[in-house]
Amino acid sequence: MEEEFQGKNKLNKSVWLELVKYLKPYKFQFFILSLMMVGLGIIDTIFPLLTKYAIDNFVEKNSLIGIDSFGLVYMALVLTLSITVFAFITLAGKLETQMAYDIRSLAFEKLQRLSLSYYDDKAIGWIMARMTSDINRLSETISWSLVDLSWGFSMMIAITIAMLSLNARLALITLSVVPLLAIVSLYFQKKILGAQRRVRKINSKITASYNEDIQGARTTKTLVRELINLEDFSSLTGSMRDSSIRATIISSVYLPIVLTLGSIGTALVISYGGQAIILDIISYGTLAVFISYAAQFFQPIRQIAVIFSELQSAQASAERIFSLLNEEVDIVDRGGVLDTYGDILNPKSDMWPDIKGRIEFKNVDFSYKEGEKILENFNLLVYPGQTIALVGETGSGKSTIVNLFCRFYEPVAGEIYIDNINYRDMPQNWIHENLGYVLQAPHLFSGTIEENIRYGNLQATKEDIIRASKLVDAHDFIMETESGYSTEVGEGGGMLSTGQKQLISFARAVVRNPRLFVLDEATSSIDTETEMKIQDAINKVLVGRTSFVIAHRLSTIKGADRILVIKDGKIAESGNHKELIRKKGYYYTLYTNQFIKET
Amino acid sequence: MKNFKRLLYFMNGYKWIYLLAMISILISQIFTTISPLIIRTSIDNIIGDQIIVNPIIKTIVDILGGKDFLRERIWIIGILIVLVAIFRGIFLYFKNTLASKSAENTTKKIRDSLYDHIQRLPYKYHVSSDTGELIQKCTSDVETIRKFLAIQLVEVAGSLFMLFFILYIMFGINTKMALVSTIVLPITFLFSYVFFKKVKRDFTASDEAEARMTSNLQENLTGVRVVKAFSRQNFEIEKFDKKNKDYQKLTFKLIKNLSSYWALSDFLSMGQVGIVLIFGSYLSFSGELSLGSLIAFVTYVNMLIWPVRQMGRTLTDMGKANVSLIRIGEIFAEEIEVLEENDDNLDIRGDIEFRNVSFEYEDKRKVLSDINFKIEEGKTLALIGPTGSGKSSLVNLLPRLYEYTEGSILIDGRELNTINKKLIREKIGLVLQEPFLYAKTIKDNIRLQDPSLKDTRVYDAARIASIHNDIKSFEEGYETLVGERGVSLSGGQKQRMAIARTIINNSPILIFDDSLSAVDTQTDISIRKALNNRKNKSTAIIISHRISTVSEADLILVLDKGKIIQRGRHRDLILEDGLYKRIYQIQNSLDN
Repeated sequence: MEEEFQGKNKLNKSVWLELVKYLKPYKFQFFILSLMMVGLGIIDTIFPLLTKYAIDNFVEKNSLIGIDSFGLVYMALVLTLSITVFAFITLAGKLETQMAYDIRSLAFEKLQRLSLSYYDDKAIGWIMARMTSDINRLSETISWSLVDLSWGFSMMIAITIAMLSLNARLALITLSVVPLLAIVSLYFQKKILGAQRRVRKINSKITASYNEDIQGARTTKTLVRELINLEDFSSLTGSMRDSSIRATIISSVYLPIVLTLGSIGTALVISYGGQAIILDIISYGTLAVFISYAAQFFQPIRQIAVIFSELQSAQASAERIFSLLNEEVDIVDRGGVLDTYGDILNPKSDMWPDIKGRIEFKNVDFSYKEGEKILENFNLLVYPGQTIALVGETGSGKSTIVNLFCRFYEPVAGEIYIDNINYRDMPQNWIHENLGYVLQAPHLFSGTIEENIRYGNLQATKEDIIRASKLVDAHDFIMETESGYSTEVGEGGGMLSTGQKQLISFARAVVRNPRLFVLDEATSSIDTETEMKIQDAINKVLVGRTSFVIAHRLSTIKGADRILVIKDGKIAESGNHKELIRKKGYYYTLYTNQFIKET
Repeated sequence: MKNFKRLLYFMNGYKWIYLLAMISILISQIFTTISPLIIRTSIDNIIGDQIIVNPIIKTIVDILGGKDFLRERIWIIGILIVLVAIFRGIFLYFKNTLASKSAENTTKKIRDSLYDHIQRLPYKYHVSSDTGELIQKCTSDVETIRKFLAIQLVEVAGSLFMLFFILYIMFGINTKMALVSTIVLPITFLFSYVFFKKVKRDFTASDEAEARMTSNLQENLTGVRVVKAFSRQNFEIEKFDKKNKDYQKLTFKLIKNLSSYWALSDFLSMGQVGIVLIFGSYLSFSGELSLGSLIAFVTYVNMLIWPVRQMGRTLTDMGKANVSLIRIGEIFAEEIEVLEENDDNLDIRGDIEFRNVSFEYEDKRKVLSDINFKIEEGKTLALIGPTGSGKSSLVNLLPRLYEYTEGSILIDGRELNTINKKLIREKIGLVLQEPFLYAKTIKDNIRLQDPSLKDTRVYDAARIASIHNDIKSFEEGYETLVGERGVSLSGGQKQRMAIARTIINNSPILIFDDSLSAVDTQTDISIRKALNNRKNKSTAIIISHRISTVSEADLILVLDKGKIIQRGRHRDLILEDGLYKRIYQIQNSLDN
């Protein structure tokens, strides 16, 4: 979030050039919109001229000839104005929302294509900010700044022309205040925006503090931190108050200055214009028009600094959005693969060969960061239907092996074969469509329990879903919930306990009937007895499927066909439970540490 | 009314400043309305040659040197105009800064009170509270109230003052013209008021659609592994597209409604100016209205249009302030905990005794029944049992996060509910299962309870909690920022941080609520060893699913459905038929 508050002042040409590319589909709308705003600027210039006409022709000449047609013309102009206003706001609104929709769709699609490595080092809030506020700001600013700028400039030009043609001398005198006003405005607006930015920055800190206040309330209580917390917070709200007042003071100084400068304009018009009337150089109507124009002309000038700063922050938003859109996808299917088998978003799944489940790692090297090798020359052969358990300390590389197997990452060197096919010769979702995956922290989507299980297999019937739930012992608790399978799980599954979420995520994997299975510490959040039940289910589920199991709890992995003890990216020990216990090596130590044998 | 009183309470000390702000806007508006009068006089009487009727204006003109003198020196009028603008500006400055001073101080008071009230709400409130809603009340509702005070109320007052002054002046110049100049105003006002009342629904609809889209996005991002593993990219794109489209449509609908509003109100406003011009021409034709007066009327109408239009909108917005006050009032209506009921201060050694303790939640759900046990200073008690068996509830009674409903709990022989909450919580270190870290540095997170603790104490605590080496491996070590904006720690690291920040206080009683679950077995062992080696051994209560973690305890209680079903030491329990033995066997079964 922090970056949003740093005002970047530099113009980044390449960003705007790239933006133009994205704006191409709307160029016609932009053109019409600018045209409308030019029209509006001209209409705004005509109204004072009509006043002048009325003064000079009716009031001064003391006649009413032509007043009915004057009334008609006036009302026609009012009508034109209203229609233009309606049309331009509607058009700009359409443009704004359409642009936001389009860019957001593109970005979301991009997010779906990006590999997991992209998500490794990015906080969700970071991506969210790009997808929501940045896109909103960009499309809003582009649409409405264009409106303001084209209206402002066209009105200023039209007024200048009108004034010059009425009386050049008086025009120049009136406009003499403009440069000063422009300089003062720019100076103050910059200061005001800076002050407001500081206020917003503190404000976001206050929000974060409230978040801590609420979410950390239990911690606060157990650590008796109430007084210190309030002191911290109070100094934060204190600086909020001070900078808010400071921001108000700056803008409150600016306002009188602008008013005074504006009144100098009017004063000049009255002084010189009054003399001119006495000398019979101009009419009363002309004087009235100049008084109106002096006020009108200053409006857009006062806004210009605001518009430019908005464009500046829009540029920063655009930079961030483009960095997402232009992000290179780590794992890309090869050209030939695409043609034959399709890609993630357009799979040609009927061309894919079935998977039996023979997995082979051949001389695989892998590192997340260059220079920090996690796996080196790793070799492994798994036969169809085997269950492989991976044991080892955090950071030993067991998760990496699973990540590579799932093709969430690809080897830096070496190859991985599935049924003797190099998996790089197939599309990514070839594996994924055949994979049942259960995560350590179960993630559900809002919706009903049924919808969440069906996520595993969109074609599943209600019977399939019930069968899967029964298999993993989830059916009973589901039936005990308020609406059974139609119970809403809440955002992120918040209405359910972690254990319940875990069971549903099991059912979701089972309903897929996959050839390959991955259990990533799937049972750590369940108590021992429930875990036993699930263990039975897992044993049933894993029969005949090639599977990888990662767990801290050794009881979970004892039934595996092969246990691999991974140490520093290498297989330190390999064998089944009995063999490894007999070996009295690392596995034995780990095992005995956890379950002290009674003497 | 109660809510309004609350607002007045928060304004205490700043009410007079606020009143001064109101007076400033009143004076400033007087100057605003004078300007057109000066122009009128100069056109009609100085430049033109009409006779000055108004005695006040005549006096002023005479003071300035008389009509003919001014006619030769029109620049004096110019200076007068500038002076009026300066005075207007000065009072606007006063109004803005005074209103801001009063409003910001009031807001600070509201913010601080909310913050403190929330952290003092009882534990049970926080267990079931809706974070999003609370935050919204504390931020956007407070902001609504701030805006109401700092901007809206003074703005509406200013507009009303101006309206009355201008009406007064207009009717003073020409009654007929004044009536004609204001006929559209009530319509404009009503129209904007009604419109903004109605369009509120569209605003909400658009906001809600955005919220739906955002939470869909959030779910997709947090579940990215699931999406990829199940190759549901297309499914997700379709799901998101619906929400995205929905948001686009509803927002556009809102803008379209706004565009008809602006078009119609522009029509009314400019129409009003047209009517003034044409009717003014008629009146001047019949000699009832001077040219200067006509120009003044046109100027006044232009001055009035914008505030009247805005007023409809502001008034509907001000309605929100009342709603916000009610919503904030809901928080204040919740009763808070009293941390210090008396001023006892006693030393706690760490003997704990439960006598026939039962506990039920407010909804009469019985969580614990008939709990009896005693544990002496420095000993270790372990609790084991299935999820929902009441383990956490039992330990939550000790720091008085909940109050037991039956029986008695004795700490060093003294009834627990007579010991101040503040005191007992300082003496009990409770490590929660899902610890919360503050957005501070690691060091400050560890010495959370007492920011003045020395670095060496922090390092020692971190070493005992087996997190020191992890911290050292971070680029910025103990200065690394954690929490929402900082480095994200793994579940195990968070748990160890929580252990470090709890043991740093040398509390006589330590409670670990399944707080080693995400730590691997060997680390678990080394933490417990380090704790045992400390000089002043605390009384410890450990909750765990792992037999290896509980096996060394001096007393093990096996809980099921809120009752103690087995008790004893590890070596006895494994020989006894029951839940403990079953768990032990499951976790320890050797196949051969």
